[in-house]
Amino acid sequence: MVNLNYGGREKILSVEDLVVKFNLRGKVLTAVRGISMELYSGESMVIVGESGSGKSVFTKTFMGMLDLNGWIDSGRIIYKGSDLAKYKTEREWLKIRGREIAMVFQDPMTSLNPLKTVGRQISETVELHRAARGTSARKISLDILSDVGISNPEKRYDQYPHELSGGMRQRVVIAIALVCNPQVLICDEPTTALDVTIQAQILQLLHSLQDKYSLTIIYITHDLGVVANVADRIAVMYAGDIVECGLCDEIFYNPQHPYTWALLSSLPQLGVRGEPLFAIKGTPPNLHVEIKGDAFAPRNPYAMEIDFIKRPPYFEVSPTHKARTWLLDPRAPRVTPPPSIVRSQERWKEMRRNA
Amino acid sequence: MPEMGKREKLLEVRNITVEFGSGKRKFTAIDDVSFDIYRGEIFGLVGESGSGKTTIGRAIIRINEISGGEILFKGERVSGKISSETDKKVVKNIQMIFQDPMASLNERAKVDYIVSEGLYNIRPDEAKEDRRRIVAQSLLDVGLLPEFADRFPHEFSGGQRQRIGIARVMVMEPELVIADEPISALDVSIRAQVLNLMMTLQKTKSLTYLFIAHDLSIVRFITDRTAVIYRGKIVELARTEKLFANPLHPYTKALLSAIPQPDPEVERRKRVFVYDSTSHDYAADPPSWFEIEPEHFVSANTKEKKEYEEMLK
Repeated sequence: MVNLNYGGREKILSVEDLVVKFNLRGKVLTAVRGISMELYSGESMVIVGESGSGKSVFTKTFMGMLDLNGWIDSGRIIYKGSDLAKYKTEREWLKIRGREIAMVFQDPMTSLNPLKTVGRQISETVELHRAARGTSARKISLDILSDVGISNPEKRYDQYPHELSGGMRQRVVIAIALVCNPQVLICDEPTTALDVTIQAQILQLLHSLQDKYSLTIIYITHDLGVVANVADRIAVMYAGDIVECGLCDEIFYNPQHPYTWALLSSLPQLGVRGEPLFAIKGTPPNLHVEIKGDAFAPRNPYAMEIDFIKRPPYFEVSPTHKARTWLLDPRAPRVTPPPSIVRSQERWKEMRRNA
Repeated sequence: MPEMGKREKLLEVRNITVEFGSGKRKFTAIDDVSFDIYRGEIFGLVGESGSGKTTIGRAIIRINEISGGEILFKGERVSGKISSETDKKVVKNIQMIFQDPMASLNERAKVDYIVSEGLYNIRPDEAKEDRRRIVAQSLLDVGLLPEFADRFPHEFSGGQRQRIGIARVMVMEPELVIADEPISALDVSIRAQVLNLMMTLQKTKSLTYLFIAHDLSIVRFITDRTAVIYRGKIVELARTEKLFANPLHPYTKALLSAIPQPDPEVERRKRVFVYDSTSHDYAADPPSWFEIEPEHFVSANTKEKKEYEEMLK
């Protein structure tokens, strides 16, 4: 990673060459193929990729939540000076999980216990992680409920999850994650299961909580369309690798990797009515076999011969922006991206001139 | 989209009401809803979860019974008590694509059976070879290979499974297809493929779609006319471009303001409106349904109607 120090922020988490493998019905599958990434204190990092790209697996390693058939094969995850990749026992993980790094899951319908009241589920976490019991735990829980924008917390405290709407439930899940004051919050598709109107509200809520709780947030999503407002930086994942990483504006206005082009141009917001929408052909690669060259090459209309032979290195676009594609090699032929990307890139040039 | 005047009403939904439960626990899911769908158009129905949009789709294909109003298909009543002949016609001509391809395919059946199941109903004495040929063609039509007929659903990805769901609809050669959130369970990159497939099929098979969705960016992209539904009532209906250019009802405005834009600059300036259903002054002056400009309908009381007319000037 090149941007060692953007905006004078401190590095909070750094991942070096992480490889995660799974044993699936006797066959070994490589889900994360050597990712390096740095997370800076107070930023919002968005990891975007389609299902199976390894984005959830990647972030689960920060909390020791890999399924039993998965393991970290090599690489390091440095958090506050210690290497999380070496953690083995639950006892070690309990120091991190919840109190340092917490997680908000995708579906608030399944991530809450239907048999316990909302208040009970929050104060349970308080009692486990903070030295508070009984009424003081209740007080902390009520405070956090109003912090996440739940009106009338006294009443909600004694209600069961089924009595709340989807948006409310997701607020409760966020409250549970925040109640032990974690440093890093991982939000795994926090709005995918929600309605468009509620989606915007939850993202706004997370954004406003970020300052109050001085959080570093990692958003995981498959939809680039929803994160333009909350992202500081964006990492695009494909087949277990980060193929492009840059500041929010750099990814939206000046994307370089053909996969990022494809993801952006397939959004219906950018489509032209009456014309077919840009679609990525084919399906993601099989991770059971070793991937040669650029993993996206078989689906990439811009693929060159070398894309099938040698894995591209990161090419630096700016000190904060890098992409893993041979198209950035000085010897590569110049190609014209899809029309909507050309428009964005022109706008980007103009923005740079005016800046 | 056919020309005005020459349009043929394929489906007429007239003042339908759907209720669940009875007595004290009665819940009105659909409250006096009317709209027409013209042949050849893509009609969008948008609303949040629980607004009743799926219930309307299910009422049309007779899964949910309606307790008031009527539904006409090509001028013939298809709601309430109908002859078994009409029922067969409904089954053949109105088909539904379901939301979640992971849940809507029979895990124990081969693709061949899943796709041809409907044919056993409408043409029970068809020869086996003919049936296989139809299945093969229909798999090709949706971009799958004919040899997939001998596989089971679990061998396919979400996008492929949704294609199987579409193939199953297409073998019936329907005239009206109800697509209930057909792509919201799919990945972004696969969404575009399935959306393009649906648009191609609409052209080649001259289909009419009722497109049910909560995602307005897709509705704007694909539909000709759009109805916005809130808590079982349609609050606004217009040609899609008009609706997006001049939303009148506050709920429509709230929905439009929430569409996420893949553009950081626009997003930073964005303001999201939250709709408050108590903001209307409907106690003294109840709302009714007005055509506020040609082909643009909105639910409003007399005071709001004046305001809306003002806005359009």
